[in-house]
Amino acid sequence: MASNLYIYRHSQRWYVSWLFVFIAIACIPFADLNISTYDPLAEIGRLFSGLLQPSFSGIADPFDAILQTISFALLGVALGSLTGFFLALIFHLRIVQIFCALLRSVHELFWALIFLQIFGLHPITGLLALATPYAATFAKVYAEIIEEGDHPAYEVIHKHSGFISTFFYARLPDLWPHFVTYTSYRLECGLRSSAVLGFVGLPTLGFYLNTAFLEGEYSQVWALLIFFYILIASIRYWVRPKLLPIYLLIAPFIIANNSTISFNNVTRFFTQDIIPSPVRNGESPTVLLQWFSDLFLNEALPGIINTLLLTQAALVMTGIVALLWLPFISNLFFKRFGRTVGHGFLVVVRSTPEYILAFILLTLWGPSMLPAAVALTLHNGAIIAHLMGRYSNDIALRQDKCSGLNLYFFEVLPRIYGQFLAFLFYRWEIIMRETAILGILGIATLGFYIDSAISDIRLDKAMILITITAILNVCVDSLSRYIRSKLKLKTTVECT
Amino acid sequence: MIKLNAASVSYKGKTALSNITLDIQAGQKLALVGHSGSGKSSLLKLLYDKQEQSAKNTALIPQEYGLVQNLSVFHNVYMGQLGRHPAWYNLLNLIKPLAKPIAQVSDILQSVKISDKLFEPVAQLSGGQQQRTAIARALMHSGDILLADEPVSSLDESQSQLVMKLLCSQFETIIFSLHDVDLALKFCDRVIGLDHGQVIINANTESLNRTELLKLYGK
Repeated sequence: MASNLYIYRHSQRWYVSWLFVFIAIACIPFADLNISTYDPLAEIGRLFSGLLQPSFSGIADPFDAILQTISFALLGVALGSLTGFFLALIFHLRIVQIFCALLRSVHELFWALIFLQIFGLHPITGLLALATPYAATFAKVYAEIIEEGDHPAYEVIHKHSGFISTFFYARLPDLWPHFVTYTSYRLECGLRSSAVLGFVGLPTLGFYLNTAFLEGEYSQVWALLIFFYILIASIRYWVRPKLLPIYLLIAPFIIANNSTISFNNVTRFFTQDIIPSPVRNGESPTVLLQWFSDLFLNEALPGIINTLLLTQAALVMTGIVALLWLPFISNLFFKRFGRTVGHGFLVVVRSTPEYILAFILLTLWGPSMLPAAVALTLHNGAIIAHLMGRYSNDIALRQDKCSGLNLYFFEVLPRIYGQFLAFLFYRWEIIMRETAILGILGIATLGFYIDSAISDIRLDKAMILITITAILNVCVDSLSRYIRSKLKLKTTVECT
Repeated sequence: MIKLNAASVSYKGKTALSNITLDIQAGQKLALVGHSGSGKSSLLKLLYDKQEQSAKNTALIPQEYGLVQNLSVFHNVYMGQLGRHPAWYNLLNLIKPLAKPIAQVSDILQSVKISDKLFEPVAQLSGGQQQRTAIARALMHSGDILLADEPVSSLDESQSQLVMKLLCSQFETIIFSLHDVDLALKFCDRVIGLDHGQVIINANTESLNRTELLKLYGK
């Protein structure tokens, strides 16, 4: 029979997907997934009973918290966008690319922890914590936009016009809409980041959420969260090009406070605090080596292992959840009413920063990798499900298409799987950055060791651990890029 | 078998079909002819919807083929039979092609002469090969009636003859949309000529001649 002549071969994407699934399964026995709270169900009950009567009573000034959150976000994103734009113009230089990759690989919460040591609670701490990683991301994406744009007019005039005139006449007008789209998308991310910065002491939403949680005031928690969802959902109504200059003029006055920058602190940070203690104390190289190997074996290595375990598990779970959820907003599977419900659900899940999700789940289940893994999965899964659901709406199906599971597995999944993997691998590095950060909440990833080092005022150790985290991120980022190019997967800039 | 009574269709305010009255009997081989934009595809779509409402087993070859580019020829052809198997069996066959469907699909692919492409992803096929994959899917589907929108547009003369003959032998009732007047006269027993969404010819093939039909195309 003819069929024996041929052997069915699965695609590379198939094998790579299963490889990642098996790695994730292999990670599970080594991960700590216990629920350690006495009565998690009762705690969940108390949490959700707070939803029935959200209330601001007891919060000193909820509107100030919102204004602070918005102001830090606007100023941080604006500063990041401006700096990123200039970096984008020189992004072809290898050194700029490496510099940006390193800045980007350190999460804004870590930047906040660093700047807190330098500037204390001065507003510049929050501003730089946001602007630094955002500038690096803007530089990369703006550079991609500039590179990918068509430039027929540029070819005509660039030989006899100066660089500035050529750029503003022949390039910028066509690129402008892309810059605006991406920048406004990042403003939404900026609001989330700004809210989360409150958890390390800045006066934004996270600060009040943290307090409300620790005191078990769940009705306040819900009031703050609902306020935050409304803020994010209404973004296109209150962020208007004409209003932005006004906002940006007012914002500095809102974030201003009484703290001053101590230049002694700044100098001490760079000349003493971050210098490895054996060097500072003038001890021998052997002691330095011992100091470093202690740090590596007792803190960095377990941190790296836990970060990798959690990242790989969360990555695969994110993928599975995204594939399960994408039909909820796809017009191939649900009618208008069902899709509206699906959209509402996904908006809430993806607007909640994973840090806050993890924080909530941690209060309910106690410290282990489980709450962190679930938080990462829900947040990232909702983002990818949203992007894929939208993508699936553009599929043109034949008139005699099948339905249900057959439709999903034969018509839809094969068509969207490449795009799905592209998004998922794109988020790999983001998931890892978040995984490291969740250590601050007490899960033994790299962030845990960094946070402990900072609490013990051992900034020399903290800086080395942050650098290790950054290098790990850069490695995962390039591995992800390698896999994406091998599998011929394409990503667009909107999915950052 | 299918009846239309003064049917009209419009898309976005533009009339695609107006006042169409048709009665298609079981066992007929029918050709819709007319230049691009005359309403052939719209009429086929309408007939398909009408036919599906009456819950008949209808095979379809759409103009754009409707193939899944990332799946193999085998899986695309197998899709013609999804409705006849439980979902778990379909999924199993998606992950690991099973012997029985492989044999069935191979036989069909042999009849349209692309059996050497069995496990190749559709994305790697030429236009003509993709069209034959879509034809194979319709053959896999089988059924009482076939609706085929330009089913041989990307095939050469001899392949077209082969495919038309094959389809006519496999389906009792067929409605073709055809550009090629000679194929219509050779394989069909009734021709419907369309112009600007209206039926201007509705006659048995014996009573028509080539020059008369070519007038439809302004030749």
